[in-house]
Amino acid sequence: MQMENLIEIQNVSFSYADRSIISDLSLVIPRGKAVAIMGGSGCGKTTLLNLIGGRISPSKGDVVVDGLSVPTLNTKELFDLRKRMGMLFQTGALLTDLSVFENVAFPIREHTRLPENILRKVVLMKLETVGLRGARELMPSELSGGMARRVALARAIALEPMMIMYDEPFTGLDPISKGVIAKLIRELNEILGITSIIVSHDVVDACAISDYAYLMGDGRIIGQGTPDDVQRSGSEHVRQFMDGLPDGPVPYQYPAGEYLDDLARGS
Amino acid sequence: MVDRRVVEIWVGVFVLLGGLALAMLAFMVGNVRVTELFGAQEYQITAQFDNIGGLKVKAPVTLAGVRIGRVSSIYVDQQDFRAVVEMTISNSYNNLPTDTTAIILTSGVLGEQYIGIEPGGEETFLKNGDQIILTQSALVLENLIGQFLYSAGGDGDTDGISKLAGTLERLIERLFEEESKKGAK
Amino acid sequence: MMFGFFADLGRAVLDRVNRLGRASIFFVQVLAASWQLIPRFQLLLQQIYAVGVLTLLIILVAGLFVGMVLGFQGYTTLVRFGAEDSLGLLVALSLVRELGPVVTALLFAGRAGSALTAEIGLMKATEQLAGMEMMAVNPLMRVIAPRLIAGMIAMPILAALFSAIGVLGGHLVGVELLGVDSGSYWSQMRENVDIYDDIFNGVIKSLVFGVACAWIAVFEGYDAVPTSEGVSRATNRTVVYSSLSVLGLDFVLTSLMFGEA
Repeated sequence: MQMENLIEIQNVSFSYADRSIISDLSLVIPRGKAVAIMGGSGCGKTTLLNLIGGRISPSKGDVVVDGLSVPTLNTKELFDLRKRMGMLFQTGALLTDLSVFENVAFPIREHTRLPENILRKVVLMKLETVGLRGARELMPSELSGGMARRVALARAIALEPMMIMYDEPFTGLDPISKGVIAKLIRELNEILGITSIIVSHDVVDACAISDYAYLMGDGRIIGQGTPDDVQRSGSEHVRQFMDGLPDGPVPYQYPAGEYLDDLARGS
Repeated sequence: MVDRRVVEIWVGVFVLLGGLALAMLAFMVGNVRVTELFGAQEYQITAQFDNIGGLKVKAPVTLAGVRIGRVSSIYVDQQDFRAVVEMTISNSYNNLPTDTTAIILTSGVLGEQYIGIEPGGEETFLKNGDQIILTQSALVLENLIGQFLYSAGGDGDTDGISKLAGTLERLIERLFEEESKKGAK
Repeated sequence: MMFGFFADLGRAVLDRVNRLGRASIFFVQVLAASWQLIPRFQLLLQQIYAVGVLTLLIILVAGLFVGMVLGFQGYTTLVRFGAEDSLGLLVALSLVRELGPVVTALLFAGRAGSALTAEIGLMKATEQLAGMEMMAVNPLMRVIAPRLIAGMIAMPILAALFSAIGVLGGHLVGVELLGVDSGSYWSQMRENVDIYDDIFNGVIKSLVFGVACAWIAVFEGYDAVPTSEGVSRATNRTVVYSSLSVLGLDFVLTSLMFGEA
């Protein structure tokens, strides 16, 4: 049975050490689409990905991925689900003691018993997808930031997942590398039909490659729609984020007491 | 990453070296003999003493100065309040006659105490669990001096002095005897 | 204000107990995951190489020197009583019972333990452990267990090597340099060093130290705050805690093993 929505997040709250990070958040990610989740730093975007991946459990609400309620899965079921999820970490998270080839081969070696000659073909195909077949012998420390992320992407698709979560895929990249990554995300989504979740604070780049966009602020959804809708939205929150205004509903000042009082108080 | 083959070889060498080191500790530093590893080729005998002096568990048991076993436990017989010494003797020496004597000796004047075995002439041999009947207790310095004082003060004065000389001579002789035994060992 | 001191003290104690509890749960989880290593022997070999083989040189050099110093010091003391024939016994007993296991464990904590913590801490800081989790690979099995088990295996081997080469070092100084009779050096040793009471107990000690050092090292790494400062603090803690636990455990084990003799 194919459900229309690959991921449904239903009224989820999450707090860490008495600090509420996500409160009563609901969103759906349709199968086969590329969805951007945008928001400022510290608004709970990475927490959201951890909830989907089952690395943390919500204090309230439910996270449903491909018809399975993630918080109720046992370790084995969770691991089976994760084999069908890919995740691209911000830093790439390549294993530093393995070569590029071995990094891409890693999930295949861990989860399948492919003979070495077939494994080699699969790995080379994945590396060819990201254009790094020639870099297979390099170690992660010899790669540039953009290349490392492409290798990580090759590794994320090694087990042919149904979805990939991208955690800040554009951060810290030069414009050319950014373009390469954006093209890859788009291609994987359109050609292979892999559902993409792009978590980013980079409005322009994220909107350019997504079919739908959510805007998060303060642990809640503050705006959603097609990228064009969101960019034209009249909401104050959305406008501030989209236009990069220093002050607005998200205040410039970190909450503090009266300035003059503070100064006058002395030491 | 180091090559797999190199890792395997090195770990092999490492484990082998460790095994060699343990073997060296066991055979060259410790007192393991290869024969001891295969089954307990030993038997137990006991002996009762009036006084064992400073004898301790693990002290050597020697025959003509050659180590043939060790003291395995020491306790007091609750019936007659004598010290019981249990000895573990190597099976290579399973032909000790039943009238063998066990003597507690001292290596050097103030050294460790050990048990010396002096075989008798019987045709039957001691078996596992047997007891050596003939024993000679430890030489306790205080008792010797007490004996000497008693005999010295026993009768007339002139007699006493010659007896003193005699006792002293015997004492020194005995110490020499033990010293030479130790030398032989 | 008055209760501030008690509050601080209480919190400090609770934090320690909490950490110890987490470390214990972690230890059990890792051991539970380590049976999966049986078909993946290669992972263990890699780590025995990293913690054992790479620590070998420092252990051998240190053992040789400690043995040589024992030879010198033992000789100058024993020769006053005319007992220099017992030099071999003194060197062997000191090494097998105490210095072998203890010094090896201290060097292990400084060389291999700190490296383990730093490596695991950096893997955490660079999201490698999280990445493995998301690839449905249990990092406790893939990363932690081989390192823990390798430490537990390597320590007794290293300690035995330390003692063995120390005895040779003592021989070098005592016999070759100071003229103690080679025969009495070895025979005094063989007469008086007991396989169970001395050598076996020494091996037990190094096994216990191996578990303690490897456990502390991997836990501190896994529990490290994932920043460069956090990793450096964790590395620091590994060396301090390992050394203190080794010395403390040594006292406990020594009084249990040799207390009644």
